[in-house]
Amino acid sequence: MTVTDRSSAATAEADTPGVRSASRTRRKRREYLLFLLFIAPNAVLLAVFAYWPIVFNGILSLTSWDMVSPHIPFVGLANYQDMFSDTDFWWVILRTVLFSGAVVIGCVVAGLAVAILLNQKLRGRNVVRTVAFAPHILSGVAMGTVWLFIFDPQIGLMKMVLGKIGADGPAWMTDSNWALAGLIIVYLWKTIGFVAVVYVAGLQGMPNDLYEAAKLDGAGPWTLFRKITFPLLSPVTFFVVVVTIVATFQAFDVIAIMTDGGPGDATTTISWYIYKEAFQALDAGHAGAGALVMFVILIAITAAQARFMERKVHYR
Amino acid sequence: MKTVGTGLKYLGLIVVLVLAAVPIYWLLSTSVTSPEKIFQFQWFPDGLNWQNYIDGWKSAPFGAMYKNSIIVTLAGALIQICVAILSSYAFAFLDFPGKRIVFLIFLGAMMVPGTVVLMPNFLTIAALGWVNTYAGIVIPGVGSVFAMFLLRQHMLTLSSEVTDAAKVDGANHLRILWHVVLPMSRPMVVTVIVVALVEKWNDFVWPLVSTSTDSMRTLPVGLLMIKDAQGFTNWGAVMASSVFIVVPVLIVFFIAQRQIIAGLTAGATKG
Repeated sequence: MTVTDRSSAATAEADTPGVRSASRTRRKRREYLLFLLFIAPNAVLLAVFAYWPIVFNGILSLTSWDMVSPHIPFVGLANYQDMFSDTDFWWVILRTVLFSGAVVIGCVVAGLAVAILLNQKLRGRNVVRTVAFAPHILSGVAMGTVWLFIFDPQIGLMKMVLGKIGADGPAWMTDSNWALAGLIIVYLWKTIGFVAVVYVAGLQGMPNDLYEAAKLDGAGPWTLFRKITFPLLSPVTFFVVVVTIVATFQAFDVIAIMTDGGPGDATTTISWYIYKEAFQALDAGHAGAGALVMFVILIAITAAQARFMERKVHYR
Repeated sequence: MKTVGTGLKYLGLIVVLVLAAVPIYWLLSTSVTSPEKIFQFQWFPDGLNWQNYIDGWKSAPFGAMYKNSIIVTLAGALIQICVAILSSYAFAFLDFPGKRIVFLIFLGAMMVPGTVVLMPNFLTIAALGWVNTYAGIVIPGVGSVFAMFLLRQHMLTLSSEVTDAAKVDGANHLRILWHVVLPMSRPMVVTVIVVALVEKWNDFVWPLVSTSTDSMRTLPVGLLMIKDAQGFTNWGAVMASSVFIVVPVLIVFFIAQRQIIAGLTAGATKG
């Protein structure tokens, strides 16, 4: 993003020798003060509710506080040692990566396919675009409830549909082998339409002359896609991947209503783990440590993505 | 050959439409199906059975929950937008040494995930005595990075002549903001307000942890309370309860879909 600075450009113009005077400095100072006043509410809110929590998590992660007693025992790095030597925690991480990865890959592939479809001059495509986007803005709890009903092993829609083609569906959310798959389906359903709309915006910015030139050289549709469309869309893909990773790592409402992280631990991803440690186990130490680990992972993924894309985007 | 291709494209379009719409349709259709009929699978309900809505409404204090959701949503979106407008104006039009760095620090807050701040923010509002109050639900969520960013990007595209002229006339910044910049930014302001309304309405985890009594629950939290207290057995009533949550957003979406889609996908094109 470009950080252009209009106000300084405007004042620089008026900054001819001779006009600099006491009243000018005063006016400048008043503008600085006004700037601070204008950003103050947001600055305070972000400091208290976005930045301080990182530090606070760090402090809490060094304790074994139960969130109630006035005494806060300091335990050093014990919580981290504990977590990293606990196979259950590694499973939480692995499960989160699996869940997130499946949703990200599914969203990029299906989202791009839907976008290409929506980008054709077809009648009714605007209606389809709107309907496909709708799942993204509807309450996750309400939609999780509907999907719970759809996945119901006795009277669910999924059982009926699979029954029609002669298949015997699993028990989905109550079967620990299938619950995560069910969750992935719900998140794909909620996100693909959004991703498709983002890709449509990207497709509409494609330079037509490049396609014409490539077609003259005899390139087929698949080559056009592989050599032109997909590379040119890489900034959009970058955005989609980062947004989807962040969203899936934070997945909570659908999990809360559908599985409570279960059966067993089958759908306990990192966000559910942190919530459970903090508000069910009242274990501020593990919750804080888990939160910090999640924060570091997300920052690392975003930074790695940004560097990767920087290299890829260049030949644009 | 060409018509076959076109036919396949339309088929694809229909598949997308059906896959996206069926769960929403199933929600609405089950909510008006009589309890006995729910066990006999059928695509279309026999008629409109409103009993589920009566049962659903009685299964939880929906009146109070609606009131809470409306208060929290309106207050949250309104305060957030004021905060966003003030700071975006400052970043777009006011001079300050090191402004660029300050702006980047603000943007950095976007990288802090909601799950990470959950426990610390709970402890903060507990220290402020705000647990189970409207202030506790609303205030931690009104800081704004994304809306501020979009508004600032928009303000930078406004003709500088307009704002410079206003300055020469001796109008102060609050007046410039109110009489010149805001009217010219109306579409973007509407977009960020609508997006904020939808997000606050659907917000779940924060209202869940920051409230402790039924009288303070918002609608999404209420649905979880129903599940925990009674289990989801009477599916018709459960679907009707879900409709209570979804319908306001569906209505807003079909009125303002252009703004919502533009606002939510803006990061991709404006970044």
